[in-house]
Order: sequence, then C-alpha cells, then structure tokens
Amino acid sequence: MEKDTVLEVKDLNVSFYTNQRCNNVLRGISFSLRKGKTLCVVGESGCGKSVTASSVMQLLPELSRIEGGSITYRYRDEEVRIDKLGKNSSQMRALRGEEIAMIFQDPMTALNPVFTVGYQISEMLRAHMRISEKEAMARSVELLKDMGVPLPEQRVHEYPHQFSGGMRQRAMIAMAMACKPKILIADEPTTALDVTIQAQIFDLMLELKEKNDMAILLITHDMGVVAEMADDVAVMYMGNIVESGTAEEVLGSPRHPYTKALLASIPVLGRGHNQDLQPIKGSTPDPFDRPHGCQFEPRCGFSCPECSLAMPEEVIVSGTHMVRCCRCKEVV
Amino acid sequence: MSEVLLSVKGLKTYFPVKKGVFKRTVGYVKAVDDVSLDVYRGETLGIVGESGCGKTTLGKSILQLCHPTAGKVEYSFPDGVHDLMTMKGKELDDVRKRLQIVFQDPYSSLNPAFTIFGSFSDPLRKFGVRSRKDREKLVGDLLEAVNLPRSYMTRYPNEFSGGQRQRIGIARALSVSPELIICDEAVSALDVSIQAQVLKLLKELQEERSLTYIFITHDLSVVEYVSDRIAVMYLGKVVELAETDELFRDTIHPYTKALLSAIPIADITKKRKRIPLQGDVPSPVNPPSGCPFHPRCSFCQDRCRTEIPVLRRLEGTGKEHYVCCHRAEEFLAEIEGKGGNA
Repeated sequence: MEKDTVLEVKDLNVSFYTNQRCNNVLRGISFSLRKGKTLCVVGESGCGKSVTASSVMQLLPELSRIEGGSITYRYRDEEVRIDKLGKNSSQMRALRGEEIAMIFQDPMTALNPVFTVGYQISEMLRAHMRISEKEAMARSVELLKDMGVPLPEQRVHEYPHQFSGGMRQRAMIAMAMACKPKILIADEPTTALDVTIQAQIFDLMLELKEKNDMAILLITHDMGVVAEMADDVAVMYMGNIVESGTAEEVLGSPRHPYTKALLASIPVLGRGHNQDLQPIKGSTPDPFDRPHGCQFEPRCGFSCPECSLAMPEEVIVSGTHMVRCCRCKEVV
Repeated sequence: MSEVLLSVKGLKTYFPVKKGVFKRTVGYVKAVDDVSLDVYRGETLGIVGESGCGKTTLGKSILQLCHPTAGKVEYSFPDGVHDLMTMKGKELDDVRKRLQIVFQDPYSSLNPAFTIFGSFSDPLRKFGVRSRKDREKLVGDLLEAVNLPRSYMTRYPNEFSGGQRQRIGIARALSVSPELIICDEAVSALDVSIQAQVLKLLKELQEERSLTYIFITHDLSVVEYVSDRIAVMYLGKVVELAETDELFRDTIHPYTKALLSAIPIADITKKRKRIPLQGDVPSPVNPPSGCPFHPRCSFCQDRCRTEIPVLRRLEGTGKEHYVCCHRAEEFLAEIEGKGGNA
C-alpha cells in the first residue's frame, strides 16, 4: 500500500441473494483513496455505487456478503483488513464513525425524528470519547456553528423536522465530522437538495477537507458534480469500474465508450439551444440476465465480436488512467 | 413572433393554511402570486426554479387541475379567445383535448391494474373514438410514435422501465392530439442516459406535430437545451423572462445569476466563480416584505426592502426581456458597458 493511500480496495466482489437468485452486484472493483483528495464514483442507478460505500462501512444488508477481494484501511500506520472484521465487532464499531464517517442521501430518513439534533450529535461523541453529557452538548453546539448553522445554541435543542433540507444535511455532516474522521463517505449528499443549497454544501465539504486533511469518497450520478469536486474519478457500470483516473484524464480524454457516451448524452449549461445530444441506445440490462462479456457491449457503438466473450482486463493507458475496454486505443 | 396561444394574466393561486380545532384559516401559501406570461404557438417555454417556488402549481393552475384564486388564463380557440377560469364541467372537455400534461413520476402516473391499452382507452372513448378496433390502431400508432413496439399495449406498467413508462406517459398525452403539452419535471426521475432519449423524442414530436410545450423543471441545463424562452420563478413570482440565449448571455436578475453560477458544469475546462447565496428559500406562507429575494440578495437597497418590484419589459434592448427587479436598468448598463457578461 502506497504511503499517501488511506483506503485501498482490491478486486472486491459482493453478491446479494434474494428469491434463490444471486446478483453479483460488485464484480471485482479496485480503487484507492488518497489522503486529502476527493474520489468521485459516478454511474447510473443500479450500477453498484452505494453498495461500494456500504461495503467499506460494513453496512451491507442481510442476505449479502463480500465474496472476495480486500478492503484495507491504514490505521495509525497499521493496515487493517476491514473485510475480515465482523459487522458488529468492537474494532469495526470503533472504526465506524471515528475513522470513517458517512453521510447519506436523504437527511430526513437518516436522522431520528424523535430525538433532538443536539442529542444525536452528542450520542456520536459519547460513543467514541469519554466525555460528559454536558461537554458533549457544548461540542455539538460548536460543531453546528462550524457547519454554518445559524443560532446553534437554540437549534441544537430542535428536532429534525424543524430544520430545512440544507440545514438537516449540515446537521448530518456535523454528526459525521464529530470525531474528525480520516475518510468521509458521502452517498449522493445533495441529490435531495436545490442547486443553490447544493453549492453551499459542497463549499462546506471542500473547506472541511482542507482543514482536516480528510479524504472524501463522493458518490454521485451527476457529471457536473464530478467536474466540480473530483480529484480522482471512477466510472461504474453494472458492477465494474470501467474507467478511472484523475479528473482531467477521465473527463478530459475519456477512453471508455460508456464514459464518452455518457458525456455526450447530457446537456451542458452554456452550450446553447442547439447542442447535439446523443442518447445511449437501449437501457441498462437486467442484473439477473447479464451479457456474457463486456457489460456495455449491447449498447456500445464500438462493439466487436471479441467484446461478447469476456469482460476486458484493466489496461493502463497513461499514468493513473485505467480503462476496461479492448478497443480503448481506438476510442479517442 | 407568431400568435399568442395561451396568455396568463395576473394569475394567483393561494392555498389556505388551517389551524386549530375549528380549522380556522390563519394564512395563505402564495404558491403562484401574480404571474403573467404569454405562450406563443409552436414554441417551448421553460419554467425553472427551486423546489417550492410554485412551478408545478402554475402548470396545474393553467390546466384548471387546481382552482386559482384570481387572474385569467386565456386560450385562443378556433372560435376566439376564451378564459379557461370561467369554464365549468363539460365546457372544459374541449380544453382537455387541447391541453395535456406529462407528469414527473412515471411510476405513479400509470394505473398498475390497467394494461397500457386500458390506460389509453378511457380518454379515447370519452373523446369520441368509439370502436375498439379504431382505438387499438390509434394506441399502436402512438406507441410507435414514441419508439415502442405496438405489442406493448397488452402489457402492464410494472413490466416497463422508468424511461419506457415516461414514453408511455408522453404517448398518452398525445392520444387526444393536443396543441399544448405541459411537461412537469418529465425527465427528472430518469437516469442520465435515458434522459437524453426522452428529450430528443420530445423535440422530434414537436417538429412532427407542431406542438407547443411548457417545460417545467428545476434543471437549468435541461431547460437550456429544450426551451426557446425561459421564465425563472422565485417564491411564486416570475423574476426574469427572456429568450434562452438572451437570458444566458445578458443575465440581469441577481437570483438568475446566482442560480446559473450554482450549477455544476460537466466540463473541466470551464471554471467559474460561484456567487454564493446565503440561507434558504423563505417560507411562502410568510414571504419577506418588498422584493421576495431581498434577504438573500447582495445588491439589496432600502427600496428593495419595502417596495415590491413588478415584472416589466426592459427598455433599450429591443428584445422581449422581462425582469422583476428595481435595479434592472443599472445591471443592464453594467452589462452593456462590459459588452456582455460571459
């Protein structure tokens, strides 16, 4: 594991078992999260973005399991294999929240409606530190203040329903930041919010990242967010990372047909009324009835007979730019 | 420009807020507050704004799906201009034939107990396609128009993906061959790769059938792609209305500027400076005095706090650019001085 890497995922396989059928949700994904950098995982719904986040946190639902691969976290110069820890083991519970924290898409369902916001933040503090209730409450006020919530002394005693959507997400971030984690996993943190509020939340996240030298794993479906926030990008399709690299590499010169098609299919602000959109034909395949080889082959404009045989191997195009496509040299 | 198809004049839709045991009315949510706009035949008018600004209510008020409090919705029928708000019951049948709506959520707008043919059948029977054979032919043609196979009409909604359902929703709106379709967040629930398919389809249908759209969305990149003209709404009011290119080139209203700068652009070569907006959208039950945007506006003056600005046409540009801001002329002069703000 390299020195500035805080989290390394290698060849991760996750399967869900329902109705006597097995769905290989993640089919061997590898990425690493660098200290103080933002990695954006981007893809359509059902491609396995959120499952990636939950497996790092060991929050996978029942009837699902990690079938192979490794998740390694650097904890005080030691390497901890998260995938080997039990879901409820004391070690995992210590890591979760203190070292790796997570914020969710919908702050209304992630916060408990019957407890005050202050109570929920101090609960987190008291679970990881030996401090009194009073101290914890005082810290909660401070945290809310840092997140830019106005009148924190008053709002700390309010319930989630009294908060607006943006403020709720700030409270969620306050909770996640309570123990100064090394990694923040944000699973579509702004999808439920308006664009002007989204801009506020992203500014806050960037500021916190700078201040605490924290790594962010940002999960999103919005290419605009990726261009704005990411240092590194991983594009996912049907449980595989099909392309990864720095933001300039992936967005500037995409080499996978899917990334290219995705970028060509979204309207971009400022390109005017007559921009040419090229929709991707068809729709994502049924996960129980997957194509044999490359998952994108049925919808791909570059497909060749070889594509339907097996999923292409990872090819390093240049530097850190990885592509899984057998015709990546032709896709420019 | 061509003739005015629909003209909304001073439309107000207030919802009462009721409290206490006796459900006394304690206030009103001013969902649509004094909106006036014209829709020309054959154009696409985009309506954008954040959640809670009244875009959907405006769409529903135009269709008389909810009851506006005051104002006029004038539609030009072949026999002259009539106000939809004075029509009742059977009179509205003719309106339903000409104005249709495509809803946001393709999962809840189709009846799960009916086949696709069943969903199409009732409106067609009501509007005069009596024989089953005719209806079957028509439904098949409509499905083909939205790039779906004819045979899908015997299937149930649960057999379709989100994109396919939305296309069925569009086909259903087309079934009575309307003149104007209101698309209420029609692509917001779809994945990006499917979004483009539906957007293209809507554009093609517009050319084929010379439709007029009112396109309601919160996504400015989408609205830029589909619309000829755009109206920006904030707290129940239209704050800026102009042709698409004009609006993006010469943005006048501070809210539109902030909104445009907040959108993440999927292009790493473009880095812009964001104009941060403080705070949240105020509650529409208790809107701020004066200009509704003034508590979040960085150009706010004393006048903005007390006097409500009205939507007016900007003099001197020679174009139809409407702004609702006291300081619009100052901003316009600034832009002209710089030769357009990029």
